[in-house]
Amino acid sequence: MAKIAHAAAATAAKPGVDVGFIFKKALISALVALVLFSLMIGVRTEAGPEGQLIYWTRFGDLAGMVGAVFVGSIVVELLRRWWGPVDTPRLMPEGARKTLSVAGRAVAPILLIFTILVPVIFYDQRYILDLGILVLTYVMLGWGLNIVVGLAGLLDLGYVAFYAVGAYSYALLATNFGLSFWICLPLAGILAAFWGVLLGFPVLRLRGDYLAIVTLAFGEIIRLVIINWQSLTGGPNGISGIPRPTLFGIPLVAGENGLAAKLGIAFSPSQRLVFLFYLILALALLTNWATIRLRRLPIGRAWEALREDEVACRALGINTTTTKLTAFATGAMFGGFAGAFFATRQGFISPESFTFQESALVLAIVVLGGMGSQLGVALAALTLIGGFELFRGLDQFRMLVFGLSMVLLMVWRPRGLIGHRAPTVFLERNQAISSDLVKEGHG
Amino acid sequence: MSGNGDILRVDGLTMRFGGIIAVNELSFAAERGKITALIGPNGAGKTTVFNCITGFYRPSAGEISLTHPGGESFRLDKLNDFRITKIAKVARTFQNIRLFAGMTALENLMVAQHNKLMLASGLTFLGLIGAPSWRAAEKQAIERATFWLERIGLKDRADDAAGNLPYGDQRRLEIARAMCTDPVLLCLDEPAAGLNARESAALSELLLSIRDDHATSVLLIEHDMSVVMEISDAIVVLDYGVKIAEGTPQQIRDDQRVIAAYLGVEDEEVEAVEQELGL
Ligand SMILES: Nc1ncnc2c1ncn2[C@@H]1O[C@H](COP(=O)(O)OP(=O)(O)OP(=O)(O)O)[C@@H](O)[C@H]1O
Ligand SMILES: [Mg+2]
Repeated sequence: MAKIAHAAAATAAKPGVDVGFIFKKALISALVALVLFSLMIGVRTEAGPEGQLIYWTRFGDLAGMVGAVFVGSIVVELLRRWWGPVDTPRLMPEGARKTLSVAGRAVAPILLIFTILVPVIFYDQRYILDLGILVLTYVMLGWGLNIVVGLAGLLDLGYVAFYAVGAYSYALLATNFGLSFWICLPLAGILAAFWGVLLGFPVLRLRGDYLAIVTLAFGEIIRLVIINWQSLTGGPNGISGIPRPTLFGIPLVAGENGLAAKLGIAFSPSQRLVFLFYLILALALLTNWATIRLRRLPIGRAWEALREDEVACRALGINTTTTKLTAFATGAMFGGFAGAFFATRQGFISPESFTFQESALVLAIVVLGGMGSQLGVALAALTLIGGFELFRGLDQFRMLVFGLSMVLLMVWRPRGLIGHRAPTVFLERNQAISSDLVKEGHG
Repeated sequence: MSGNGDILRVDGLTMRFGGIIAVNELSFAAERGKITALIGPNGAGKTTVFNCITGFYRPSAGEISLTHPGGESFRLDKLNDFRITKIAKVARTFQNIRLFAGMTALENLMVAQHNKLMLASGLTFLGLIGAPSWRAAEKQAIERATFWLERIGLKDRADDAAGNLPYGDQRRLEIARAMCTDPVLLCLDEPAAGLNARESAALSELLLSIRDDHATSVLLIEHDMSVVMEISDAIVVLDYGVKIAEGTPQQIRDDQRVIAAYLGVEDEEVEAVEQELGL
């Protein structure tokens, strides 16, 4: 998606409004819409009272839709010309750029401090705490997938599979063997990483679109296995009664064994939420720390080199297969951690939580954030998940507004919120690398 | 010329692509500690020979063997591509530069030291906890990279993205990157392409120093005859995938078939020339 938007933006960067080009593009879009919607909207089918097929045509609606696409395409193209990609320094004076870069550097610490303070500020607001936990879960998933997609450049459309493996690992280990969360957490990560390697072996020979399709299928297969392996996973009914996490053995409950009683303070249901909040924050920060650290190690540099040019990597004696596998396994491991957290937070899991939509959402977070950028991914998770909640009042138009804002965001920032890349090592100047040079990987 | 022995032997190398025979029964040897040039008109099959030597293509027939100074021998036609660099210590550059454009010059040279650093970082685990041994190894790697950046005159651009460097600098950076893998044999595919006269001279000097100061033998594909004639110790000439001449620069300069091939004469005329030469 970013690739296309970027290519289009590059052509748009040329000065002068090319009426012919815009018109042609709008016409093509309208044509595609016509073909697509002629069956989806133009013909309405329904089962009649005796089970026979009845249908009627809705050419008016179809015309309206195609017209909307035509006009929308022109509007988007004009907007693109006005805004352009903002990375280009053309309009910015030196002073403004400096201020902006200082402000940019302050964003991460401010965001972190604010996040740490959220449970203090909103202690009594369960809704905010719940939302915070949700956002942080997606931040963690985004950071995990960022290793695979953003650093190694491997398009993984089935990331949710590892999330599911993590969740079910914890749920099964905890309900069947009574293992505690803190023992299951690493096990869930290891199992997810193991599945990552298992999947990786056959598919990492594939490149680009093929890899994307196979990972997509893998995500679905895992879900189908979970649905159909009733004796183990409970099938569509899921697993309930998953133990809540404890603070090193001390449960967060109201009774006299609970943490509140031990600390001699009054029990409040918020306490468990606050605990979960800090738990996922710690897990997310662990992911972030590991990623930052790994980027500066040879393995991380090899991942990025792989994204830049696989052939050159092989010519430098880098085993590209194991390098890809480690990226896959590392990403999967963090997905597994997040899954275990999800299971303990919900207390109940079922296959419905692990649909392709989750994979798509996490991938959208990574792409929107600017592939490879830690801060960008965090901001994107906040925007997307927060935005979802903001638009809740819009009911059925929520998805529409959401999609439209995504499109506009990609027009404005084709390389994601934070498009440039920070070097992993430097001699004298630690300067960011423009997004135009950084590749997105192709397999 | 001292008898150092051959570092690389190519025997009956044939490479077919469907019906096309890009390289046909090619045999030659490259002497240790020498610069051997592989020349020939466009499409002669030079890059294909390189791709066979460095494992990017598996030859249709023939043997390629490499002998280390210690006497250890490797069959390159049987090794996997990345092992050829990792174990057999053959490094290469590409005709169309393949730097990691979005990484800095320094990072490019760090990636080239991957295998060494991977061991030093205890397969990442020692590195994750920041063990002192890893820190020392990393510092050493940066020093080595800095040495090469200085050597190619790019130290002040160490922190710039490789894709932002001028063309000539990119060519030299690619050579430095290949050298950072500690090769015994360096294969360069048209390193002087697109360089101006001053840059070509600097390149010649760099290649001579690689041969003399870094104990690395060089296999060189080049169209720029001034560079080839100036620095090569031996020249192999290919045309239509067949070796048509082999010898010192002086011998090649005077060879009738090479002149005919290079003058780009029509096919019938080549036949005429060949008949003239009694072939
Ligand atoms: N992967 C391939 N598939 C099919 N044909 C190929 C392939 N690689 C090379 N060839 C063919 O082999 C022949 C030799 O190509 P090669 O690139 O080795 O020539 P070259 O000597 O390097 O030429 P130049 O000086 O232009 O770089 C050409 O006819 C080319 O079309
Ligand atoms: Mg070539």
